[in-house]
Amino acid sequence: MHELSLAESAIALIEDAGRRESFHRVRVVRMEIGALSCVEPEALSFAFESASRGTCAEGARLDILPIPGEGECAACGMRAAMETAYDLCPRCESRPLKVVRGTGMRVKDLDVE
Amino acid sequence: MCTTCGCGSDGATIDHHRAGHPYVARRRGAAVPGATAAAGTNSKPGRTASAEESAVAASAAAHLRQVSIEQDLLARNDAEAAANRRAFAQAGVFSLNLVSSPGSGKTTLLVKTIERLAGRIPLAVIEGDQQTSNDAERIRATGAPATQINTGKGCHLDARMVGDAMTSLPLARGGLLMIENVGNLVCPAAFDLGEAHKVVILSVTEGEDKPLKYPDMFRAADLMLLNKCDLLPYLEFDVDKAEACARRVNPDIRIIRVSATSGLGMDEWVEWLAAGTKASGANQQAKEPA
Repeated sequence: MHELSLAESAIALIEDAGRRESFHRVRVVRMEIGALSCVEPEALSFAFESASRGTCAEGARLDILPIPGEGECAACGMRAAMETAYDLCPRCESRPLKVVRGTGMRVKDLDVE
Repeated sequence: MCTTCGCGSDGATIDHHRAGHPYVARRRGAAVPGATAAAGTNSKPGRTASAEESAVAASAAAHLRQVSIEQDLLARNDAEAAANRRAFAQAGVFSLNLVSSPGSGKTTLLVKTIERLAGRIPLAVIEGDQQTSNDAERIRATGAPATQINTGKGCHLDARMVGDAMTSLPLARGGLLMIENVGNLVCPAAFDLGEAHKVVILSVTEGEDKPLKYPDMFRAADLMLLNKCDLLPYLEFDVDKAEACARRVNPDIRIIRVSATSGLGMDEWVEWLAAGTKASGANQQAKEPA
């Protein structure tokens, strides 16, 4: 359940922003979660609700924006969508694609008042 | 912690799952977990907001503003890990993060490794477990200094825990710090501790396809130790298949077949450790991040 640690990290980032930007209530939190990251969106939503209690983000809606996985073949240069982190190059099938997109986990922005 | 839904942060056992998820429902006071944690008051389906409610909502929306954050969820851990990495480099210490599922034989392997390194390479151990200091006591019985971190409900070590724990350990130049993570093939993959390498231990009493089932961990590791190889005559475990699965996920992973019990492969593992400690001790900038 590392999603709980990640949710707590998100809350810490949000609280830092609250001090910096002088807001006291968060209505919407938008996070970008890569399809190849180690995060299960449902578990993150569940953990976020728990971790946000008693903070300025309590009751906020969490919008998770999925970022699709994408990789590049080191052998032939082919770029392709990736379902798993070890998908082979669909053209030359030599080695797993090198992941170039879809592993990130970011707090993108907030709607606050 | 419950592996079905992750609940249990208040110490609950898994017994509640016999009757579905009443515990989850009580805690959330809401519906089934969804892709979003909606908590708005006007979000009941099949119900139209009254004119008064719409006016209130419009008024609230007028006060909303957008604040850009654009920060990684792991940013704090990564910063702490970078600090640990600098500290290891300055101290000339070779640090390893040992990861595996529970029961792969990590602690026994560690004890046998310490016995082989005695008088050759100074080392210290950080032990991570949810509860008990049993493992640290097993390490201390060999004469090596060890600190136990109990993560409580946590399922992995993080960089701050390691940073705190290393202050109480003697770290000699040209020495080795072994960090035995919580037994878990999922969560520790994401959390950099500042180590030089993750070493994943897979035992032959597990499935050959574990690298495909838990790819993040095998992708994050530089070395795989295939442990308990002394048991192979009694098992239907396909070593070649297991190694192929690991290389499918991580073509560059190095693999050593070992048995802590019979000593198979232990020389190769110890030489790998000796080469790493020598390099770290000789060049204190060697492990600085690019």
